[in-house]
Amino acid sequence: MFDELRLKGQKALIAFITAGDPDFPTTERIIHVLEDSGADIIELGIPFSDPMADGPTIQGSYERALSGGATLEGVLKLVKDVRRKSQVPIVLFGYYNPILSCGLKRFACSAKAAGADGVLVVDLPPEEADDFKRELDKEGLDLIFLLTPTSDEGRMRLVSRRASGFIYFVSVTGVTGARAALSRGVAAHVKKIKKDYTGLPVGVGFGISTPRQAREVACFADAVVVGSAIINIISRHKDTAGESVKMLGEVSRFVSGLKKGIMRA
Amino acid sequence: MKNLPDKLGHYGIYGGRYISETLMPAVIELEKEYLKWRRHPAFLAELRYYLSEYIGRPTPLYFAERLTKKAGGAKIFLKREDLCHTGAHKVNNTMGQILLAKRMGKKRIIAETGAGQHGVATATVAAMFGLECVVYMGEDDIKRQMPNVFRMKLLGAKVVPVTSGSRTLKDAMNEALRDWVTNVYNTFYIIGTVAGPHPYPLMVREFQSVIGTEARRQIKKITKRLPDLLVACVGGGSNALGLFHPFIKDKNVRMTGVEAGGYGLSTGKHAASISGGSVGVLHGNKTYLLQDKRGQIIDTHSISAGLDYPGVGPEHAYLHDIGRVQYVTITDKEALNGFEALTLSEGIIPALESSHAIAYAMKAAKKMDKKEVIIVNLSGRGDKDLNTVSKAFGFEI
Repeated sequence: MFDELRLKGQKALIAFITAGDPDFPTTERIIHVLEDSGADIIELGIPFSDPMADGPTIQGSYERALSGGATLEGVLKLVKDVRRKSQVPIVLFGYYNPILSCGLKRFACSAKAAGADGVLVVDLPPEEADDFKRELDKEGLDLIFLLTPTSDEGRMRLVSRRASGFIYFVSVTGVTGARAALSRGVAAHVKKIKKDYTGLPVGVGFGISTPRQAREVACFADAVVVGSAIINIISRHKDTAGESVKMLGEVSRFVSGLKKGIMRA
Repeated sequence: MKNLPDKLGHYGIYGGRYISETLMPAVIELEKEYLKWRRHPAFLAELRYYLSEYIGRPTPLYFAERLTKKAGGAKIFLKREDLCHTGAHKVNNTMGQILLAKRMGKKRIIAETGAGQHGVATATVAAMFGLECVVYMGEDDIKRQMPNVFRMKLLGAKVVPVTSGSRTLKDAMNEALRDWVTNVYNTFYIIGTVAGPHPYPLMVREFQSVIGTEARRQIKKITKRLPDLLVACVGGGSNALGLFHPFIKDKNVRMTGVEAGGYGLSTGKHAASISGGSVGVLHGNKTYLLQDKRGQIIDTHSISAGLDYPGVGPEHAYLHDIGRVQYVTITDKEALNGFEALTLSEGIIPALESSHAIAYAMKAAKKMDKKEVIIVNLSGRGDKDLNTVSKAFGFEI
């Protein structure tokens, strides 16, 4: 996912949105706008009824998607639809139960067939991930794991050994959601992981919402993940044609701003 | 039977640790500390002291003569957990966990609660040891369990209403996990049932096993033999496992877990995860869940807030699969009949949760011989349910 950027010596912008919020056709349009505005990788949230790791913004987004009838099958069809026009790398991001319910093998096959590149499951630590990883490996899909400010050396070693694609460093102890200030110590953590544990790229997310924060993070990380701030824009607009055009414009301006911040790092 | 769980907290295919990476170091630390203290003489002596002098253990094992006559069969004994300080078995576990929290130097306690019994039990021990306490409770549960909400507040706890999802126990647990992930360094999360990531199912089972250990000794003294059947209600399943576990190797002791049948299994409006659910992952463990075909958790219904949960402890899932414990359901209506029967025949007002066990035990007793013996875990008293019951019986209070 990162090879091309590395050749160009650039840092990546990863944009997170929920698939199906407010509906699948709109999500597809948003994905194209994200890519056109500078997002290098799309993280696509699979809606779940009990998102324990998420703050109010993404909870609300999942609820809207589910009440609109979003399903895992729908999310995979969306990926397929996106692939008609775009090859932007897509990481599916979600909780384990809907995937387990679909069937690990069936999920891996359908995700591959749809054109996804990787999967991140928030509530699936490496200890429980063997079966799923085996199925993803067969299809050549990456399984992305998290490291956090609470991770000690044992966790860093374990996670680095199992991860593929990239490592997602969670910048705060907490749930997802935009925050005014980044927590201290993130840079030191990320530098340590890169120096001692992995050759994989390290992306940093949770709480990043401004071009300035994005630039700050891009100075030491390989990628910057922004989610809740984009979803806030999407949710501010009503689901009508006119509003939708306005929303896409705002998303585009916001993401271009983030990208500029990162380019300056 | 093998000694379970395994090292990573599995009971067969169930249990484990399905949580976000931020919490992994915290549960690993908790496991390390718990394994260090669980058999330590000083820790056990301290726990024993508070169980007897503060909680009032051992609780009686009472022969319910008139209830037995009414049911018309096997002798029914009640393990009187309703007589524990705070009115339910929940405090056996919160006492154990807070003693551990103290040894780990944690200053802040959080908990989730459904009926409010676990919340009250947590607020009580937090008050007793002077620790800050925050309890998450679904907005709908707050409405139906007002007396317990007030008790928690009196005890100095902050009760946070949870407005997401179905606004009941599962959402309270989501919110408590969000709090824990945010305040992981100084906070101890006291889970109230035998569920959640390892080591919680093991730890809560061991703290609650005092129920079965006492009952085993008591019934042998009274009847000179082991019982034929144990009956307990199952939401998450802590009172049931507490009673069952010390008998688990006694092959001739049958065990029945009673799930909340709500309006009836066929209506889909119930909270019977084993009888009416399928395998999935929620709140840190793999177990039976009430979910739709696509793995979304569905809303549950039970007249009893304490059983209104879409999952069940992973060890119950395992005990069900290997056939060691039988799981049945009792509807809201049957539970109310059990409530009334015990109240009128014995002068004991049971919690609606425990009323499910009473109702089933009466059914089972009828089909058994008069010489046979049943122990029912009377897990809590019913004062907290008077609002709900008065509505169901059409009284104004």
